[in-house]
Amino acid sequence: MRPVKLQIRDLTATYRTGQGTVTALEGIDLDVYEGEKVVILGPSGCGKSTLLKIIAGFEPAARGSLRLDGRPVVRPGPDRAFVFQEFDQLFPWQTVAGNLAFALRVALGITGAAAERQIAEILELVGLSRWAGLYPHQLSGGMKMRVAIARALILRPSVLLMDEPFAALDAQSRSALQAEVNRMQAETRQTLLFVTHSIEEAMVIGDRIVVLSAGPGRVKQILEPSVTGLTLLERPEGAELRRLIRQLLEQEKAAGEMAS
Amino acid sequence: MRGGLNKLVVVLVLVTLWEGYVRVAGVSPLLVPAPSRVLMGFGEYIRSGSLLRYTVQTLKMVLGGMAIGTLVAFALTALATASRWGRDLLLTLTSIMNPLPAIALLPVALLWLGIGPRSLLFVIANSVVWALALNMHTGFETVPVTWKRAGQNLGLEGWGLIRHVYLPAALPYILTGLKIAWSFGWRTVIAAELVFGASGQAGGLGWMINVERYNLNTTGVFCGLVTIIVLGLLAEALFDALEERTIRRWGMSAA
Repeated sequence: MRPVKLQIRDLTATYRTGQGTVTALEGIDLDVYEGEKVVILGPSGCGKSTLLKIIAGFEPAARGSLRLDGRPVVRPGPDRAFVFQEFDQLFPWQTVAGNLAFALRVALGITGAAAERQIAEILELVGLSRWAGLYPHQLSGGMKMRVAIARALILRPSVLLMDEPFAALDAQSRSALQAEVNRMQAETRQTLLFVTHSIEEAMVIGDRIVVLSAGPGRVKQILEPSVTGLTLLERPEGAELRRLIRQLLEQEKAAGEMAS
Repeated sequence: MRGGLNKLVVVLVLVTLWEGYVRVAGVSPLLVPAPSRVLMGFGEYIRSGSLLRYTVQTLKMVLGGMAIGTLVAFALTALATASRWGRDLLLTLTSIMNPLPAIALLPVALLWLGIGPRSLLFVIANSVVWALALNMHTGFETVPVTWKRAGQNLGLEGWGLIRHVYLPAALPYILTGLKIAWSFGWRTVIAAELVFGASGQAGGLGWMINVERYNLNTTGVFCGLVTIIVLGLLAEALFDALEERTIRRWGMSAA
């Protein structure tokens, strides 16, 4: 078996409301192996984004352990590079190349010719070499996302975290970028943890799909499709898988309605 | 560009009317000097170097006061961002001091610090610090959480996060604050120098227009007024250029 990059044990998260303490996630156990793409799929409000934010170190966990390359996670850091849902996650006061250079310098201390070479490489990989000198506000939403992905990839993180990065894109850009993510990942073998609420997106990207239940979020089932990528959607086993996932999510919805 | 041309035409027409009126009606230059006379007056002031001296003195005061005010504003903002207590302090102080024109502090400044540049700097710093601190604080408070987290994700924390994320992210607010601070400071320095003029201290442009009034040199008063206007316009152009090179170029909306 491949080595475990990220080990999550009994992770539980709570938040306070006016009425008291609500459990968002409960007893999450998950291992993410080197070089794989794990998708976390669940209905809205199941705490999947919270899970990613805890891994990133942005929010605290109430209980449980989190180990990255065997070491406990304590604070935010570039070993868990994050791609946010928002278009405006790049720093507008820096150009495309400037954003990448800043990330390299601040996170890894890489400057000069070495930085320039890596920036040129990554821009080539995401197909944005021509736009290196533009400022973020001059880019389309899809291009901003590409740069955000490039900024995360250039850090060569232990695990790349993506929080519904394509949710705000139009359908065409979304499927183009999903294919891009698969291509880049195939090229770099980057370990990836990807959060989405879209069944199709989960099927296109995930080597494994972790279905979360809602209120509180628990691991309901971990699915491992026999084929991955776009082809899965067209194959009979794809239709089968889609039916299964839909069923799992509908049980959730029914359970949620009964509870409320 | 077209707007600028239109303004120039308006100014030229007004100046021509003014010149014509003074000449035809034979108004005493002691009351209203003709533009041509003012222009000649400028020639003398520039030759003697006194206009430059007054201008430098005024600029020294206003820039010094702004520098002090900016440092204090930054310290207050840092305090207000770091703690709840600091936030209450800043908001309370600004609501108390904002309605008070800084020039009203000149009498107590004179009591505490005596007649001299220190009193001037005190009132000018006071005129800029509150508007600037309030804007800076708003700027810091409204930094999008995604940018903060993007910075933290790169491993930034504490001062690094402030320098690399908060300050540039708050720049639209900081520039707005500086513009307001400048206009307050500029009004205050001229007003304060008017008072100082009476006490015979070496002064700036405000002192100049007051002294030339005593001397019944109305042309000199007008030269001072025109200089004050021109410097104000230059400052505006400077801020405009600064915005053009920074926040507008970066597509960051001004506050």
